[in-house]
Amino acid sequence: MATARESARRSTKQGAEPHVGIPNDQLLKMYRDMVLTRRVTDRMIALQRQGRVAFFISGQGQEATQVGVTHAIKRGTDWVFPYYRDQGVCIALGMTARELMLDLFGKAEGPCSHGRQMPSHFGHAALRMVSGSSPVATQTLHAVGCALAAKLRGLPEVCITSLGEGSTGQGDFHEAMNFAGVHKLPVIFIVENNGYAISQPQSKEMAVKDVADRAAGYGFRGSVVDGNDIMAVYQTTRWAVEEARRGHGPSLVECKTYRIVPHSSSDDDRRYRTRKEVEEWVKRDPIDRFQKYLLGAGILSEETDEQMRAGIEEEVTDAVRYAEQAADPDPAEALKHVYAHQPTGFP
Amino acid sequence: MPEMTYRDAIAEALREGMRADPNVFLMGEDIGAYGGSYVVTKGFLDEFGENRVRDTPIAESGIVGAAVGAAMAGMRPVVEMMTINFSLLAIDQIVNHAAKLLYMSGGQIPVPCVVRMVTGGGSQLGAQHSQNLEAWYARVPGLLVATPSTPYDAMGLMREALRERNPVMFIEHSLLYRRKGEVPAGWFTVPMGKAAVTREGKDVTIAGYLRTAMLAEEAADRLEREGIDAEVVDLRTLRPLDLDTIVASVQKTNRLVVVEDAWRTGGFSSEICQLVSEQAWDDLDAPPTRVNGADVPAPYARNLEALAYPVVEDIVAAVRATLPGARADYARL
Ligand SMILES: Cc1ncc(C[n+]2csc(CCOP(=O)(O)OP(=O)(O)O)c2C)c(N)n1
Ligand SMILES: [Mg+2]
Repeated sequence: MATARESARRSTKQGAEPHVGIPNDQLLKMYRDMVLTRRVTDRMIALQRQGRVAFFISGQGQEATQVGVTHAIKRGTDWVFPYYRDQGVCIALGMTARELMLDLFGKAEGPCSHGRQMPSHFGHAALRMVSGSSPVATQTLHAVGCALAAKLRGLPEVCITSLGEGSTGQGDFHEAMNFAGVHKLPVIFIVENNGYAISQPQSKEMAVKDVADRAAGYGFRGSVVDGNDIMAVYQTTRWAVEEARRGHGPSLVECKTYRIVPHSSSDDDRRYRTRKEVEEWVKRDPIDRFQKYLLGAGILSEETDEQMRAGIEEEVTDAVRYAEQAADPDPAEALKHVYAHQPTGFP
Repeated sequence: MPEMTYRDAIAEALREGMRADPNVFLMGEDIGAYGGSYVVTKGFLDEFGENRVRDTPIAESGIVGAAVGAAMAGMRPVVEMMTINFSLLAIDQIVNHAAKLLYMSGGQIPVPCVVRMVTGGGSQLGAQHSQNLEAWYARVPGLLVATPSTPYDAMGLMREALRERNPVMFIEHSLLYRRKGEVPAGWFTVPMGKAAVTREGKDVTIAGYLRTAMLAEEAADRLEREGIDAEVVDLRTLRPLDLDTIVASVQKTNRLVVVEDAWRTGGFSSEICQLVSEQAWDDLDAPPTRVNGADVPAPYARNLEALAYPVVEDIVAAVRATLPGARADYARL
């Protein structure tokens, strides 16, 4: 078990080129996904401040973790059980800016729930992404059940689920871990450790330094990675996914990161952390870091970067315009989807 | 008389209780430096210190379970569930343990704890942040359920809760925290099981609690303009339920409309209608009726959410339907 953690560290430190094995076009796609995520969430924050939407919560600062993890799975085959900050997961899976905006505005066309569920409860059947719930950590059990189904049917599908480090205090998380360990299920727990659960620092959430240590107690591998280093996140998750697909059971990947924004639009983070601390982390912004790397390695040019960013601005502006004007859900259908009306199962 | 907000009234009663009784202590998520997600315990950490104002891991079952254990040992824990929706993760500790240990120990082990929780929707927070589940707890023998709608009641009931020998589910509505009202400076309490007639009238009784007690008063104002004189009863606690006050009111008005934010099916309003039917059948000039939230998981979209909770017009329509010659064809959803 200790070896798993070592191997994770090795993959980031020893390789002369951290991007070895990742094709250039995929590296560029990862970068674009990160930038698009940031710009979409920037705009969403502004929309909430302008009173155009009620509430907003994002994962700004955690994009390397979210995009890196998602690029490591087989999209469309593997299942994703994200948590509320995972806009980067959605975009890397293939959701568009328009789709995310439609859900934010609660429009009929919004793919996640057609206006029924809050934003940030990302569910998209075609992308094999299943909505998390507002009570934290419950999605980890669903991921376990989904992995059990894959195992029962002999399908080569892997399930990933993400949650914050504070949420690992829930019994559900521990039950999920134990169940996955006992049944050796193809599931990967991604812990996006941003150091806080709303106002409470990690020291109030747990008496250990690394959540990854918990995995040993349930009989499987736990890795710690720098969650602001997208290539490290990708390599570690990739390896965990391959292990799971080979039938070697679950893993936990703890990504150490930071949210550079308040918990949500209802939060004032000056009540519990210093501006200096936030600024230090802003300097370590995962997007700037990856940009610098790609430019240095000659994979990205200043010119392509500018073009790409201009395209993203247009895409986001279009998304807001489109979504705000889209139709609201039909009040006559308010009760639709409380129950399914088509029988299923035995004929 | 001094004015105070609902939020401050709860805080004041808690502060007072902590000053008076060293056994009272607080536990919950983000209640310390942060002051609670609805800012009820702001300043408590500074005054009482980390031992008595304890931030806990995010683990509702753990929080309530530990409170039950500490209460057994003679402490008086007051715990905060960030919302009533998350109390579902602690429902085993509440229903199977807090509520039953006294009885199951033949009276040996009281569990004097207070579980504070925020109920209610209407802020576009979706199906799992907007439920009104307090009436579930009111079904459980062994629990007390306080549902204050005014600052006065909030303070008076919290004072009682801190003297109780039984577990109290103390329910606060998210839309009431800024409500202002008069609160006398001297000592008073509001007993568990004593409803308030907040407005006298002779034509119809409208009963509600928490947000719907306020809504009932607005409806009564509206009805007054139509020449209908409504009496309003604020239940104040669901368990014990003050049936006597409701029945006395109905004996005067001969009509009853009960208003509840929670789902219609199997609601507490049905229970009240049934109890009144049993006790005051001969006094009733119309079937007792209910106004409820719709049987739907709270929708997010503003236009759908607006259909999910009762509004004043629903109450006015329900009252009209109890009057002679009424047509009962009003429905929003
Ligand atoms: C069961 C439950 N309890 C409490 C909450 C309120 N809540 C929402 S997010 C949050 C903090 C979660 O922290 P963490 O798991 O570290 O994730 P982060 O928000 O930092 O990404 C809390 C307490 C909740 N949603 N569900
Ligand atoms: Mg966190």
